[in-house]
Amino acid sequence: MSPLELLSAAFLLAGAAFCLAGTVGVLRFPDVYCRLHALTKVDNLGLGLVVAGLALQSASWATALKLFLVWLFVLISSAFTCQLIARAALRRGAVPSGGRREP
Amino acid sequence: MTDVLLDGCLALCLPLLAWLVLRTESLSQAVVLFVAFGLLSALGWARLDAPDIALVEAAVGTGLTGALLMHTLSWTEETPPDVRARARRRPWALLATAALTLLLGWAVLALPADSPGLGPEVEARREDSGVKHPVTAVLLNFRGYDTLLEIAVLLVAALGARAVNPRSERASSDAAKDPLTGELFRMMTPALLLVAGYLVWVGDHGPGGAFQAGAILAGGGVVAILTSRMGTPRMSSLRVRWALLTGPLLFIGVGVAPLLSGRRLLELPEKLAGTLIFIVEMALTVTIAMVLLMFFPGTRPSRAGRGGER
Amino acid sequence: MNPWALYALSGVALFSVGLVGLFSHQHVVKRILASNITGSGVLLVLVALARRMSSGPPDPVPHALVLTGIVVSVSSTALGVALARRMARLQAEATHLPEHEPRSDGEGP
Repeated sequence: MSPLELLSAAFLLAGAAFCLAGTVGVLRFPDVYCRLHALTKVDNLGLGLVVAGLALQSASWATALKLFLVWLFVLISSAFTCQLIARAALRRGAVPSGGRREP
Repeated sequence: MTDVLLDGCLALCLPLLAWLVLRTESLSQAVVLFVAFGLLSALGWARLDAPDIALVEAAVGTGLTGALLMHTLSWTEETPPDVRARARRRPWALLATAALTLLLGWAVLALPADSPGLGPEVEARREDSGVKHPVTAVLLNFRGYDTLLEIAVLLVAALGARAVNPRSERASSDAAKDPLTGELFRMMTPALLLVAGYLVWVGDHGPGGAFQAGAILAGGGVVAILTSRMGTPRMSSLRVRWALLTGPLLFIGVGVAPLLSGRRLLELPEKLAGTLIFIVEMALTVTIAMVLLMFFPGTRPSRAGRGGER
Repeated sequence: MNPWALYALSGVALFSVGLVGLFSHQHVVKRILASNITGSGVLLVLVALARRMSSGPPDPVPHALVLTGIVVSVSSTALGVALARRMARLQAEATHLPEHEPRSDGEGP
């Protein structure tokens, strides 16, 4: 295994670990807001690492750029959906666990 | 080894997830699970070397259908809960379906294991079709009938959906001022247009084409409708009517023209085929996007909106 | 087992799951979901059959069929949903909920 492949494997494994942590968070966290946190932060970091790992193995710069664009679009969309879902939850009166709802 | 593991996992997870979709009592959970199911099946299409289908599944089968169903829930929730979302037990149905499953499974496994299907025949005549991508060649040249009639089905469905619910809702003005969705829309629109244009162009020699491009365009439009930035397209508008008709009319024109020069219906002349297919695809993109948009009834005038926010 | 056979059997299973759901649910949205799942099963079998040769490109004809099939299934879903919405509105009018949506639009009856 070349050093590049090793590095790529390390990135992929780290990414998978973050995705696993994010999924556990979605399943285990107590309320919508915490779950969103797990979903949009941890998973995006995981995806970023996976993309980095794949980009190291990609044959051309064009492929690496496309992979990076995938990550960028997911980042943008998850930032917006996170806000929208959290706002909808707040409007419907979902109370953050351990906190109180702002009037 | 890993391939078999991945395929086995996917093949197992799909029916399992489907079962969960139907078992869940909460409708919104069922719809979310259905979206997950769609994304997983997009992965399955990709594993089966069908990138065209994976693209359409992700955009239409999952994205638009998910949005449509979610949107519907917000309308139907207020109906009196006389029909519950829970399943009834029907032993005879279970038995009959189990028998049918065994029969179908046996039929599938009894098929020859390594038949190339019509692949070699398509490959042999692909040069004459005017495009390099075999799926586009089948869609718009070899099996043009299917695609033409499918567009007709789409049109009928759009007309039907509109006929049952003729009232389209106006965009409410306060939701349109929301800075968040406004920003999303501003960032999204140029990328969507670029991707849609690219997909039409790339359909000539790779996975892509009118269906994918139309779905992407419609996706942008649906976000605009759901965030009240745009009203639902109205059937009474002349522009909407033309957008709905360009695809089928052009396709029919291109299909009928060969009759005049003694050829058969939809038999494209070899020299012009590439250009004609590209033009038809452009027109179909517009039509498909508009049809998909017609399915969205617009934002519902919310109770909160009328009685003041919150 | 060949990968295509795995997916084809998965498609058969999907078809059955959808069929059972179609029989056992009364709620419209659940029925629409079930019919979508049934359709997915059929499409999966078709695409799996297109991949029976393990080498070389898959058969493009089923691919084209499935491509149009997905779009048609979306349009049938949309028609079903439109009918469901109509039903919900009629039911709401029949039990006459106190709130009526304003008929500001010119296209309405």
